[in-house]
Amino acid sequence: MIRTARIALTLLAFGGAATAADLSLSVEIPQLPVAEYHRPYVAIWIEGADQNIAANLAVWYQVRGDHTKWLPDLRQWWRRGGRDLKVPVDGLTGATRPVGQHLLKFEAAQAPLTGLKPGQYTMVVEAVREVGGREAVRIPFEWPIKAAKRESASGSKELGAVALTLNP
Amino acid sequence: MKREAHMKNPIWSLPAKLAALLIVMAPATSEAARAWLLPSQTIVARSGGWVTVDAAMADDLFSFNQGAMQIDALSVSGPDGQPVAPQNPAKGKTRSSFDLELRQAGTYRIAVAENTVMARWEEDGKPKRWRGTPAEMATGIPANAAKLEVEQMQRRVETFVTVGTPTEVKPGTGTGIELKPVQHPNDLYARETAKFRFLLDGKPATDLEVEIIAGGTRYRDAPEEMTFKTNKDGEIAVTWPAAGMYWLELSVQDEKAVVPGVKKRRASYSGTFEVLTQ
Repeated sequence: MIRTARIALTLLAFGGAATAADLSLSVEIPQLPVAEYHRPYVAIWIEGADQNIAANLAVWYQVRGDHTKWLPDLRQWWRRGGRDLKVPVDGLTGATRPVGQHLLKFEAAQAPLTGLKPGQYTMVVEAVREVGGREAVRIPFEWPIKAAKRESASGSKELGAVALTLNP
Repeated sequence: MKREAHMKNPIWSLPAKLAALLIVMAPATSEAARAWLLPSQTIVARSGGWVTVDAAMADDLFSFNQGAMQIDALSVSGPDGQPVAPQNPAKGKTRSSFDLELRQAGTYRIAVAENTVMARWEEDGKPKRWRGTPAEMATGIPANAAKLEVEQMQRRVETFVTVGTPTEVKPGTGTGIELKPVQHPNDLYARETAKFRFLLDGKPATDLEVEIIAGGTRYRDAPEEMTFKTNKDGEIAVTWPAAGMYWLELSVQDEKAVVPGVKKRRASYSGTFEVLTQ
């Protein structure tokens, strides 16, 4: 019995390594011609059909000096579940990012994606900037990943190009 | 209101003086101006923060341009239902204000709830007015008052602030008009529909007109009020046209006063609610 389980686990691990399904996301924080610039707070999550957060992927805010006070300005993220979270969270929260492309990669068989049930989801990237604006970019996708796919969308002000790449 | 002031002060006939008098009197009468509480923010990230609340009586929403609201009857209850003491209370000319330290996560109910009696009578042919608590009636109103008219006034002015995740808001007293939210009052968003349920003496407040007006009335040519009628469950469904701070009011006049010797009763509820962007 134990041996069978062990073999199964080995097979699973091997299988996972051989066909590592993954999801990667590229998020552009645009350079803005403004007099007073602060790096944006950004929340990236997978939204379920019920519009609640199915998986939190990243939350970038000013960690130094504890500026969690402004997290509710990420309005959609806050209402959909950000407010239920006790930050900081290992592997999720981090410092704000500079202007440029930021790449995030998640294995399908690993947290935070393991809990995703088959269905329709939306990748949401929301950014809000001190003395600036707020914007959310959404890309719908289906889970689990059946075919290689690349979907992209673009923000108009606070976010640049956002691209979602799915590998089965 | 205008006629009474005139009768009370027959020598004051100049319009300017009359206007000045009306403004001075405004804070003392509940029907003179809109009553509202304005919190500095309604959504707070974590416990340990502060909010400041202004309390005013002014028809322009939310401008402090008429009179301050009395906050003697202020009561704040925390997420655990326990009272929270307001700090730095101040009464100014145009508004009262106080600070609240939000030590716990959850929803705070901030309310100014008054239960008073208004009396009018004649003395030597002159009109007299008095307003006070039911307990003060015996000393405030002469026993032999002629043409005496008394009315009980139950006024509740509220707003809500939430730290982190909203928690249940329960109606507390079972008297007058109270809010028993269906949609949490700190979870309202533009273009979404929110249901509100009102209770009158603890039972569904049916068939009452509810008025909702967005703040910033000074910057619009029309008040753009939205009116609703409560259904058999005391509910209305509001689809918020845009984000902003909104003022809501409903009232009822009936003969269900609960003060001995008083028949007529006027109960009112007004609340300030923040609607957030999508």
